Amino acid sequence: MSETSVPGPAEVWITGIGLASSLGEGLDANWDALNQRRVNVDEKGFAPYIVHPLAPVNFDAQIPKKGDQRQMEAWQRIGTYAAGLALDSAGVKGNKDILGRMDMIIAAGGGERDMSVDTSILNAQARGNSAPGFLNERLMGDLRPTLFLAQLSNLLAGNIAIVHGVCGTSRTFMGEEVAGVDATRIALARIAAGQSDIALIGGSHNGERKDLMVLYEFGDFLLRDKYAPVWERERHPGFALGSAGAFIVVESKAHATARGAKPFARLTSAVADHSQRKRRGDVTATLEKLWSQLGKLDANGAIITGATGADPVTSEERAFLEKHRDFAVRSSGTKFGHTMETQFPLGLALAALSLSRGALFPPADSAGIEIEMTQAPTQIVVIGTGHWRGEGMALVEAIK
Amino acid sequence: MTAARDKFGRPVVVVTGMGIVTSLGTGKSDNWAKLVAGESGIRTLTRFPIEGLKTTMAGTVDFVPVEPFSSTGLSERLADLAVDEAISQAGIGAKGDFPGPLFLAVAPVEIEWPLRSELGRAVGTTDVTYDDLLRVSGGGKYLPYHHRFLFGSVADFLAEKFGTKGSPISLSTACASGATAIQLGVEAIRRGETDAALCAATEGSVNPEGLVRFSLLSALSTQNDPPQAASKPFSKNRDGFVMAEGAGALVLESYEAAVARGAPILGVVAGCGELTDSFHRTRSSPDGKPIIGCVRKTLADAGMEPGQIDHINAHGTATPENDKMEYLAISAVFGELAKQIPVSSNKSMVGHTISAAGAVEAVFSLLTLEHQRIPPTINYEVPDPTIQFNVVGNKARDAKVTAVMSNSFGFGGQNASLILTREPA
Repeated sequence: MSETSVPGPAEVWITGIGLASSLGEGLDANWDALNQRRVNVDEKGFAPYIVHPLAPVNFDAQIPKKGDQRQMEAWQRIGTYAAGLALDSAGVKGNKDILGRMDMIIAAGGGERDMSVDTSILNAQARGNSAPGFLNERLMGDLRPTLFLAQLSNLLAGNIAIVHGVCGTSRTFMGEEVAGVDATRIALARIAAGQSDIALIGGSHNGERKDLMVLYEFGDFLLRDKYAPVWERERHPGFALGSAGAFIVVESKAHATARGAKPFARLTSAVADHSQRKRRGDVTATLEKLWSQLGKLDANGAIITGATGADPVTSEERAFLEKHRDFAVRSSGTKFGHTMETQFPLGLALAALSLSRGALFPPADSAGIEIEMTQAPTQIVVIGTGHWRGEGMALVEAIK
Repeated sequence: MTAARDKFGRPVVVVTGMGIVTSLGTGKSDNWAKLVAGESGIRTLTRFPIEGLKTTMAGTVDFVPVEPFSSTGLSERLADLAVDEAISQAGIGAKGDFPGPLFLAVAPVEIEWPLRSELGRAVGTTDVTYDDLLRVSGGGKYLPYHHRFLFGSVADFLAEKFGTKGSPISLSTACASGATAIQLGVEAIRRGETDAALCAATEGSVNPEGLVRFSLLSALSTQNDPPQAASKPFSKNRDGFVMAEGAGALVLESYEAAVARGAPILGVVAGCGELTDSFHRTRSSPDGKPIIGCVRKTLADAGMEPGQIDHINAHGTATPENDKMEYLAISAVFGELAKQIPVSSNKSMVGHTISAAGAVEAVFSLLTLEHQRIPPTINYEVPDPTIQFNVVGNKARDAKVTAVMSNSFGFGGQNASLILTREPA
């Protein structure tokens, strides 16, 4: 749409949610699993590391062409699938008029490597193949020509455009966890300012990847040996990677009302910052500052945090949470693992779902951070604190 | 009297600082002198062996030392140079205290081969698996590589060094990334969130796997000899793009804020537009509609008519597909004017700087406005008769230029255009 100056900020609603995770696909499966306190972890396949593997998904249901599926690696299939669920949920699937002008902001990392190509090259090198051009020849000969497209960060968005026809605008934000916050922040700001009417935001992550684990293992960030809830990892800090796709459709209240769409919740504010984390306490202070920027918080709230379990950042977040004991806390990482760029959109999806169902899902720790909440929450603050950088929050509210 | 708001009532966004690095050199004056002289920055690769490659040249930046070398490290260094030049020219804020957010276009990041091979050697067997690589990766020995190969690491470095505010955004829209970074800055200023934004784009991806990936998609020119003649936008014998490195940076400000502090006004970002192509992962819709729509949205955003554009800084990659589609789309929007408006592709000289291209070419477009001189499209010896652009072939041309359209199109259906003017429209 052509952007014009508008008198005041537009109210923004969440009108669609798409979830595919280790706990299942779709809203009911995830909601039921949360309420049954289920967790799906694989302690063996990636030992000594723990992962939350994707629950079985029938990709055909959202990606009907096998040719499209073949062009994608798992992270893109998960994301394209979950994006389709979100569009269905919002009631805009197949609506060419709306999809043709829908904005899209994706939070993405990169795609899977061909691990057998990598290791066969390393082994040939170990056997003394060090001639100039050896690497070139092997890469030219062994890499699947279209693999690159399954690795490129912006090709998740590209696949969503191709498969679902979301083709107003397309932007891909990177930068690990906070990319999900920034996607939310920019989509919200654009709609509130009248620069956009409706947007698809979200991300996807394949946590079942040894190639990716290498990067986090450089910093000893991975949870080892035994699963424990995020708040019970003080003696063995780290995150368990998770596989998930999480998308939401956000739109102006006026746009939603005009097409008769029912909201799950209101997206009231989204804020982010970038502490350099030079001193102990910097993250706690940054979170406190962001908290003060969210808007009016009332008595009946909850927090869904994407805290990773890595140290020292999760201890710092814990210090922040302890100052806000009047908000019931839930950790998405305990339930879904750490899905990196997707963790914040996942938190938004869980917040909108909880508000729309009039209940917060049960606590899952014995450390005393998560407490029961019996009444229906009216506000949920979603928190995303990156394992290395980036802090963000969003306020999601019930629509009465 | 220039208005602080445009005809839609939004704050006018001006450019008050620019910085650039390409294979031609560091800084605006060096780049501009070589660009209008028609010099090529494309050379035979020396960074790594070329045996076994179909394409053996690129627009590498070899004159900026990075130790230990990595593509992400080079991207960071190039962005650092471009941003430093842009902020110095703008004279904004204080040292290490830029009063606005950072929007950074940067290539996707991953662990690179020299490190992977080092891990393989650390395992020390001839039947290495990824489990073995994982086993040697922990314990702190490779700790610096954790942050080096995080996607957010370049933005983190720039945010800290230049003191930008808030959460820096790292983004990729493939070959349109540089334009998207500028667009995000323009939108933030128009929303009134900030008076200033730092928009930068950087690319340092000429490494064996980076080159092989594009080569396997048949996207690269294989006219290796002489390398300077490989990039042939709009020529009948064009056969692909030439990978290149570089960075561009712009300091954007609201006109009001720039005037208030007496800043130099180098140009105006009058309009931006984007529209996604859902036809194919690497090819444009054959009817050109998404590019046409992108160009029209950009004109509408600027409140301008095609007749007001007097130069097009083309995407002009020199792939058979791109140049054909770009002409098809531009002629659909501009009609007969498409044959009259001078068109040029900087990529004939600096190559395709991929993630950086949108910003690099925005800087060149603004320099075109400043100097009233259009850089040439070199290697234009055999014009493609089906592309009837008024190509500024081989020699720079003096011209009255008041408004430039700069186009960027990328894999994944990414289309983005900018309109840059000397004065507010």
